[in-house]
Amino acid sequence: MNFSKILEEIESVDEEIYDRIDKRRSVIKNFMTFSSKVALVSVPVALGSLFNKAYGKVPDKILEVLNFALSLEHLEYRFYETAVNKSNLIPAKDKINVIRDHEKQHVKFLQDTITQSGGMPVTEGKYDFTGKGTFPNVFSDYKEFLMVAQAFEDTGVGAYKGQASNLKKSNEILEAALRIHSMEARHAAHIRFVRLKSGYATIKPWIIGNDKTKGTPVERIYKRESDHRQVLFNINNIGGYKTGNAGTSSFDEPLHKKEVMEIVKPFMA
Amino acid sequence: MGDQLKNTGSSDPDGLNETSVFERRSFLKFVGASAAGIALTSTGCKIHSKIAGKHNLGKGDFAVLNYAYALEQLEGAFYEKVTSNFYTGATELEKDLLTDISHDEIAHREWFRQILFLKKLPKLQFDFSSINFKDRMSVLNAAKDFEDTGVSAYNGAGKLLRLSPFLNHAGKIVSVEARHAATIRNLISYGNYAGDDISDANGLDQAKTPAEVIAHTDKYFITKITGEKLRTS
Repeated sequence: MNFSKILEEIESVDEEIYDRIDKRRSVIKNFMTFSSKVALVSVPVALGSLFNKAYGKVPDKILEVLNFALSLEHLEYRFYETAVNKSNLIPAKDKINVIRDHEKQHVKFLQDTITQSGGMPVTEGKYDFTGKGTFPNVFSDYKEFLMVAQAFEDTGVGAYKGQASNLKKSNEILEAALRIHSMEARHAAHIRFVRLKSGYATIKPWIIGNDKTKGTPVERIYKRESDHRQVLFNINNIGGYKTGNAGTSSFDEPLHKKEVMEIVKPFMA
Repeated sequence: MGDQLKNTGSSDPDGLNETSVFERRSFLKFVGASAAGIALTSTGCKIHSKIAGKHNLGKGDFAVLNYAYALEQLEGAFYEKVTSNFYTGATELEKDLLTDISHDEIAHREWFRQILFLKKLPKLQFDFSSINFKDRMSVLNAAKDFEDTGVSAYNGAGKLLRLSPFLNHAGKIVSVEARHAATIRNLISYGNYAGDDISDANGLDQAKTPAEVIAHTDKYFITKITGEKLRTS
């Protein structure tokens, strides 16, 4: 068997891709050197101006993703801002205000990035956080508040994840989105941790199967989470290891934009 | 305005897992090439190379996956040690959560091992002598570092992947690592699930380059790895 031939074949996969789908990447690369020298705080500005040089304008597809993300961040920020300002709703030790602060920062970051990229940031919507009456006590009953918070956070994680491949043309924007994505996952894990620790729900910081949400108002968020197959491989007890719930919990699943919009629709006034 | 979320008209309703024809073809080619490698691996043939005694991760998407595989091996080996004999005073909740995390990391490791197949790194050996596995804080602080580092590694490596299916799956894993990280941090200090040490002024989590991550975790690797041939953008 000709080993080297097979190896060459495999190596060629990457390089072929590099050449064929990403001709424009080299253009961007030249600007990368510059952007790595730019201070973190001015990154949104840098993202936009670099793109303006390379393309004249950030691709519409990327702007669309950024505005989609911004609309979710608006919703989350208003949700937490409202809750944090209710007296006697949130115990200070649970540090929900930290999430509020992050969502506010995400809103600002996305607005700046969109503006600097030549786009028009979407404005904040009008919300009904009871979900048209499904969660009537969302801002008076802490348990109910946490239930809705978890729904928003897990949705946010799935939403960003679902958009990653749409951002591949911009290393900078992709990386920024990934960094928001993992922050949302930390939030989701914390809300779940609070619920677990307080005995409000039999739940883990990670998603196990569909978390027994079938038939509940949040089931759509978790409909893909029972998957235990990733690409070609069954994750259940993979490699002969007894890995319990990891067959589903070890991989979070993405949500389509359309699915996300369906999920948040009841919360739009 | 402001009702983007109500707008169901999307020019890209199927943005998820979006793959070009070229990518799909190459992905299948990759899988096919892996299958062709069964004969190779069964003969014990070493197909990866070394540079100055270090395992060479190689170049391209495979190298990025091998980089992740090396980190998952590190995490898996760590948690296997943690859960085989818990630290003194571990609560039931801590044991339960650490066991789950251990299972996730093993699942990640084994998935990469299968996906990489022909191109996978060998089973790596680790030196955990800097960790006192009997001591709660020693274990949890190490776990926190592994998880936060894992998150920053995936966040920094996303842009190095050319194939969308790989990027999408890295995305599926990194959020689970972030869930682990937040949980470990909550066990150490409740409410510090996303402290200022990992969150910047824009509310962004960390992203680190392979070189930074490899340097940071170097002390645990008995046989070192090198990503010097890896892409940087």
